[in-house]
Amino acid sequence: MKQVQWWISKYPDGRQQSAVIPVLWLVQKQEGWVSEPAIRAVADLLKMATIRVYEVATFYTMFMLEPVGTMALVQVCGTTACQSRGSEALLEVCRKRFGPDSHRSADGKFYWQEVECLGACSNAPMAAINDRYYEDLTVEGFEKLLDAFAAGQTPPPGSEIGRQGSAVLGGNSTLNDPKLYDGSAAKPIKSLPNAAPKGKAKAPVA
Amino acid sequence: MPKAKVNGVEVEFEPGMTVLQVAELAGEEIPRFCYHERLSIAGNCRMCLVEVKPGPPKPQASCALPASDGQEIITNSPMVKKAREGVMEFLLINHPLDCPICDQGGECDLQDQAMGYGRDDSRYGENKRAVEEKFMGPLIKTVMTRCIQCTRCVRFITEVAGVPDIGLISRGEDVEITTYLDKAVASELSANVIDLCPVGALTSKPYAFNARPWELKKTESVDVMDALGCSIRVDSRGPAVLRVLPRLNEDINEEWISDKTRYAVDGLSRQRLDKPYVREAGKLRPATWAEALNLVASKLKVASPDRIGVIAGDLQDAESMKAAKDLFGSLGVTSLDCRQDGMALGAGTRETWLFNSTIAGVENADMILFVGTNPRTEAPVLNARFRKRWVAGALEVGVIGEQADLTFGYEYLGAGAASLSGLAKSKSDFVKRLKAAKNPAIIIGAGALGRADGGAIAKAAADVAKTFGMTWNVLHTAASRVGGLDLGFIPGEGGKTAAEMASKGALDVLFLMGADEIDVTASDAFTIYMGTHGDAGAHKADVILPGAAYTEKDGLYVNTEGRVQLGQRAVFPKGEGREDWSILRALSDRLGATLPYDTLAQLRAKLFADHPTFGRIDYAPGAAASAIDLSGIVAAGTATDAPLVSGVRAFHLTNPIARASVTMAECAAVAADASKIAAE
Repeated sequence: MKQVQWWISKYPDGRQQSAVIPVLWLVQKQEGWVSEPAIRAVADLLKMATIRVYEVATFYTMFMLEPVGTMALVQVCGTTACQSRGSEALLEVCRKRFGPDSHRSADGKFYWQEVECLGACSNAPMAAINDRYYEDLTVEGFEKLLDAFAAGQTPPPGSEIGRQGSAVLGGNSTLNDPKLYDGSAAKPIKSLPNAAPKGKAKAPVA
Repeated sequence: MPKAKVNGVEVEFEPGMTVLQVAELAGEEIPRFCYHERLSIAGNCRMCLVEVKPGPPKPQASCALPASDGQEIITNSPMVKKAREGVMEFLLINHPLDCPICDQGGECDLQDQAMGYGRDDSRYGENKRAVEEKFMGPLIKTVMTRCIQCTRCVRFITEVAGVPDIGLISRGEDVEITTYLDKAVASELSANVIDLCPVGALTSKPYAFNARPWELKKTESVDVMDALGCSIRVDSRGPAVLRVLPRLNEDINEEWISDKTRYAVDGLSRQRLDKPYVREAGKLRPATWAEALNLVASKLKVASPDRIGVIAGDLQDAESMKAAKDLFGSLGVTSLDCRQDGMALGAGTRETWLFNSTIAGVENADMILFVGTNPRTEAPVLNARFRKRWVAGALEVGVIGEQADLTFGYEYLGAGAASLSGLAKSKSDFVKRLKAAKNPAIIIGAGALGRADGGAIAKAAADVAKTFGMTWNVLHTAASRVGGLDLGFIPGEGGKTAAEMASKGALDVLFLMGADEIDVTASDAFTIYMGTHGDAGAHKADVILPGAAYTEKDGLYVNTEGRVQLGQRAVFPKGEGREDWSILRALSDRLGATLPYDTLAQLRAKLFADHPTFGRIDYAPGAAASAIDLSGIVAAGTATDAPLVSGVRAFHLTNPIARASVTMAECAAVAADASKIAAE
């Protein structure tokens, strides 16, 4: 509630409704999803019509409007980059383990959905599990990952093959010459590109 | 003034106008779906694309583009034609081809504009989307697959009605118009979204699959459900009134009407009195006109004039009241009353019972004080006007009476008469601002005036109006009231008021003209009911004379502003029913006091001669605060401190037509449920 007040106080008087997205997000962080009573509570809190909050909550796909799995919310990217790197196989894993898209698994522990690009294209294919990114996934690795979540663990996020950030696979391919780093490749600079021209400037050719 | 060229023709326009408005000034028609003059601009249907120079070399949405000086607007170029065809093709992608079974067929903007601006065929071969139906209450039928997401309904309900119940949820291909979890729309103006909907997504539920627009006879008339006298069009087929639509009238209803105006008309074919009845051995039996009229005449002949009384109801036309006044006046009867609620007005000048700001003029008021009135239920269309000004930040409202949801903010000043009379001495901020206000107005409701201490409250309100220089406005709820008061249809010398007439032993003969809002069960007089519906008055009656409802007779009605308006006959009276004035004329013959007119025109001529105000059709007198003489309002007794309440308790059930209406009953049930839930 303190955070809610902090968000509300960010906006000028009479514009408290602007806090609707952050407040809904706090609700989702707390409950895991945005329930119908929560929508009414948010509407009362921000003194706006219930339908307005409902519009916002349905517009943004990141607001979950049904209960998610108790163990994990699995969001597998299915957009172009991930698709070309094999996300179809990951989707199939989910389908097999949990059932159809955008549904809870039968045991209620998992909820999975295919989502659009999450912005980790260089590490494709990837999945976001409970808001953490797991990248460079293979079918086997993904299965293991889900087993771990099912066992109640939280595996460290990041690349499955252990690369740092989005560093190049197989090491750097350019700028490898050690001469670049010991100063021996450096040449003195005669003129800076944007320096004032020496001597008389030539009249531009018309 | 800036100038722009529309298709080569130069036009002058006011700064701030949009390209679409300028093009219309030049007489060019711009197709549109989402744009509406009285709503905010959304710019999401893209149908109004035009070419504008200077500007980017692509079509522009003219509804949302401000016009500028020296602009060249082209609406007939190949680019514009192609753009419109493209937009139309997109709009039709997900629109079903179900025009033959759609109620909007024949009056559908999409149908018309697809013919006018669309391609000749479809190139779309994929699956169309389907959308689940929604529930929006007993009035609005939804076929949401037809929706083109123009959001007019959302904007109307949010902006004009002020009851944000409809919204647009989800996004992209999945967007849907809906109410929050299938809640019924809780506005008294809700059905206007049916008119606004440019397609068949929102249609009229009670009128569903009833008729095609070209089968209907259209009659321009006046509404009697409240005292505003909204301009309406009555659509009828054969003997039945099928629906009522609003007509444009900037002075009264703009282009809205209330749900009651629109939907109470199914009450016109239920519970009707279609032949004369007389009571024999405690039971009503059908009779002939001759029989019934002779019986009435015989009773009237033997009764002494001071033991005869006439009460006029809330839906009476001026002509029938005039005929009754002439007839009973010639018999020496002085107990005449058109005020069933006992409203404490009628003496004094005409301004004392008028809405002197006028309905359009009330927009100039900067501060308004409501006394014992809830305009949202008493006159929903007027309430929309208040809201419009309040939203614009140009109006401040104070309320003495009920703390109801008026759809706009107000300062609550108290519940009873004490808060009213204390206002002059009060040093509150509101009073300070009231003193400084340039154009303040006071609106006193029928609920405040109709009480036993109504006279004292009227006096207190008149004093407040004088102190602060406020324009005096009475908001009536009965369509016939101002007409009756203008005619002097009030007790004469020694005459009894409506309440006195209804009491036991007061009269020998009681003549009710469609009077159903007054409880006459205590009266032991011989009761004659002339009216349309088997409502309260008819249950008590000893003789029933079937009259004509407002859609079945030509009649004059005076609205709360004092504007005289002509109602027109759309259909004939039911069964053996006759126009009210002609019944009185026939009765006068049998009494040997024949009224001096044989036609409605002659009656009107007499009416205009005796009461010149009726001759000025469609004229609202209006008066400035300083020009209003309120000295006719004199205190009768002292005001009690009972809280002031609105005269309209159940919006949907205020008159016999609405009470006979199934639709209104449904609406009332939904509204009662909603208020029960709210109270919990």
